Amino acid sequence: MIGVVLALLIVPLAAGITCAILPTRTVRAAAAVTVAAGIGCFALVLGVVPATAHRDLSYLGYLRVDAVSAIFLLATGFLYAAVAVYAVGYVKRHEELYARRFYAGLNLFAWAMLAAPLMSSLALLWIAVEVTTIISALLVAIEDTDGAAEAAWKYVLIASAGLSLALLGTVFAYYAGSQVLGEHYNLAIQPLIAAGPHLAATPVRLAFLLALLGYGTKVGLFPVHTWLPDAHSEAPTPVSALLSGSLLAVSFYAILRFYQVAVATLGTGFPRDALLAFGVASLLLAALYVFGQRDIKRLLAYSSVEHMGILAIGVSFGAPVALAGVMLHVLAHAAAKGNAFMGAGVLVMKFGSKQISAIRGGLDLLPWSGPLFLLAVFALSAMPPSGIFRSEFQIVYGGFGSGNYAAAAVLIVLVTVAFFGLSASATRMLFTPAPLRARPTLSRGEPSAWMVIPVIAGVAVLFILGLHPPAELTGLISRAVAQLGATR
Amino acid sequence: MSLASTVPAAPGVYVGAANVIAAVMLLIEFGMLRQALARDQVRLYAAQSALISVLAIVIAADRNLPDLYVLAALSAALKVVAAPLVLRRLLGRAGADDEEPTGVAGSQTLSPASAVLAGIVLAAFGFFSFGGLGIRDPAAPATALAIAAAMMLVAFGLMIVRRDVASQAIGFLALENAISLAALVAAAGLPLILETAFLFDLLVAVVVFGMLIRAHHVRAESLSTADLTRLQG
Repeated sequence: MIGVVLALLIVPLAAGITCAILPTRTVRAAAAVTVAAGIGCFALVLGVVPATAHRDLSYLGYLRVDAVSAIFLLATGFLYAAVAVYAVGYVKRHEELYARRFYAGLNLFAWAMLAAPLMSSLALLWIAVEVTTIISALLVAIEDTDGAAEAAWKYVLIASAGLSLALLGTVFAYYAGSQVLGEHYNLAIQPLIAAGPHLAATPVRLAFLLALLGYGTKVGLFPVHTWLPDAHSEAPTPVSALLSGSLLAVSFYAILRFYQVAVATLGTGFPRDALLAFGVASLLLAALYVFGQRDIKRLLAYSSVEHMGILAIGVSFGAPVALAGVMLHVLAHAAAKGNAFMGAGVLVMKFGSKQISAIRGGLDLLPWSGPLFLLAVFALSAMPPSGIFRSEFQIVYGGFGSGNYAAAAVLIVLVTVAFFGLSASATRMLFTPAPLRARPTLSRGEPSAWMVIPVIAGVAVLFILGLHPPAELTGLISRAVAQLGATR
Repeated sequence: MSLASTVPAAPGVYVGAANVIAAVMLLIEFGMLRQALARDQVRLYAAQSALISVLAIVIAADRNLPDLYVLAALSAALKVVAAPLVLRRLLGRAGADDEEPTGVAGSQTLSPASAVLAGIVLAAFGFFSFGGLGIRDPAAPATALAIAAAMMLVAFGLMIVRRDVASQAIGFLALENAISLAALVAAAGLPLILETAFLFDLLVAVVVFGMLIRAHHVRAESLSTADLTRLQG
């Protein structure tokens, strides 16, 4: 198994370097390498996951995979494969230099996101998340427009400042840990959780809050979400899909690790209250901002803030069924948001604009992507039978079951508000017929088959998660829930 | 950790040095807040970074931690030499190309007096709220830790009150200095892995910020952030 875990670290890195150093006029080779690496990594993840449903894997002192990290690996692995295929169609229209840089960046970005959940120590986890920031900021800037430069600057400034706070949180975690585990403590996560009851309360509380605020910046929690809509809307669409479906989740994973330590030391009260406050605020902001959005990618970006808020609220409920919902939500959101962004990318390419007002009659003009985008929006709005329906249902059920009536009710109301905002815009883009003067220039048809296939795979995943999750997955989720310290 | 109940002992060389260095660093940060020219801010930043390296050397000598010497040397190379050099080159290029050196001077949103007053409020808030947490430890000088918290808030202020990308980057670097100070005093025996994280943070700041500042300058022909207002809502 160690070979598989190491391959997971080496394959995307090697693919990224290969794409960067390939000689000129080899865009096809770079595309082939990226697709092979993406699908290969997903296969590797599927190879690791079944083992983690029964035991934790630990290698070389620095690598560790348990059920919680396996869930996040699955989300990133699937989206990396989907986006790698999609990118082939997306990059076709761009010049060669752009394409090679893009493929190199995409692979390295996926590499950093796959590395983060594999790290056994809080310091290495921080470094991995920092690497995701660097690479994704450069990928946001790659379009070389005014908007992209502005978004990249805001992103790197705000996210780096946030991660600095997370680094301080990591320092306090070390401070707390070294008091009990000795000066040579190396910030490994498991020993810290095990020593939880003996840690000093104040440094742990401080570490948790700083990590929540710091990594929360990358998750997109209110009020430190401000970079997110800009970066998501200006990045190339495949990168937007990875940012939203995978990067936000990986940052949330970092918060979960601090949450585990905080619960072991402080009990459940304080960490859950903090998560609930951030979660409800994010959900409220996102539900309101989804209304009246004029830019299709910003619309989806705010929907990501909404779903991250739901994750935070779900963890704050603490009931096993709610935590199981959170784990399922990570997977379902990756598939649904990836699909939505990939569909939006096709719409943007077809109509040549990100403005919702410029996109009309999508269902007529795009025989595949139109209906698939509609399905993705319905999935994001938690319509059955998508996986998000199941996961949000579990979270709400857990909320009522654990006595958090007010929070669960607020969750239902705000998710419904967001549903109206999202579906109103989607309806306008898909069902309102295109104005007559635009018709002759736009012919019916898909820009590229490469941009449809991964979306179909995403729909399949959403249906499987919603209708009948495989037994291996439910086993994995129950183990993850136990590791997160669920209590009734 | 022993809590507030312990009787404070007379400060040793290390605690005294840490507190003095922290206080001087905070003063320098106020200098950065007050300074009109980004070039002078860079100079002050280099001085502040030099103090961090001095503190690391003091701790290394006091506690016999040889790897801290390496950290001090690397940190000095990056923060006292490399980062200011990169920033000064970017500023020089911007100054040479422009008709009027926008972005290099006069990008404050507040008058120097108001900025410093706001800084004092931030610093006081950080100092007293952190001091009130009661993290007291013979190994961790509480005053220096509270000053580090004050410096962090002032660094955020530094990022907010300027409207040019170079000053915002300097604000971020000052934030990084504040966190290095907090880390050095709270956890002097930083494990190697955490030191790596710090060096990494710096490298990112210098490389990515440098690249984006250059891109911004090429595109906007100034370092001002006044036109970075397209993306809203």
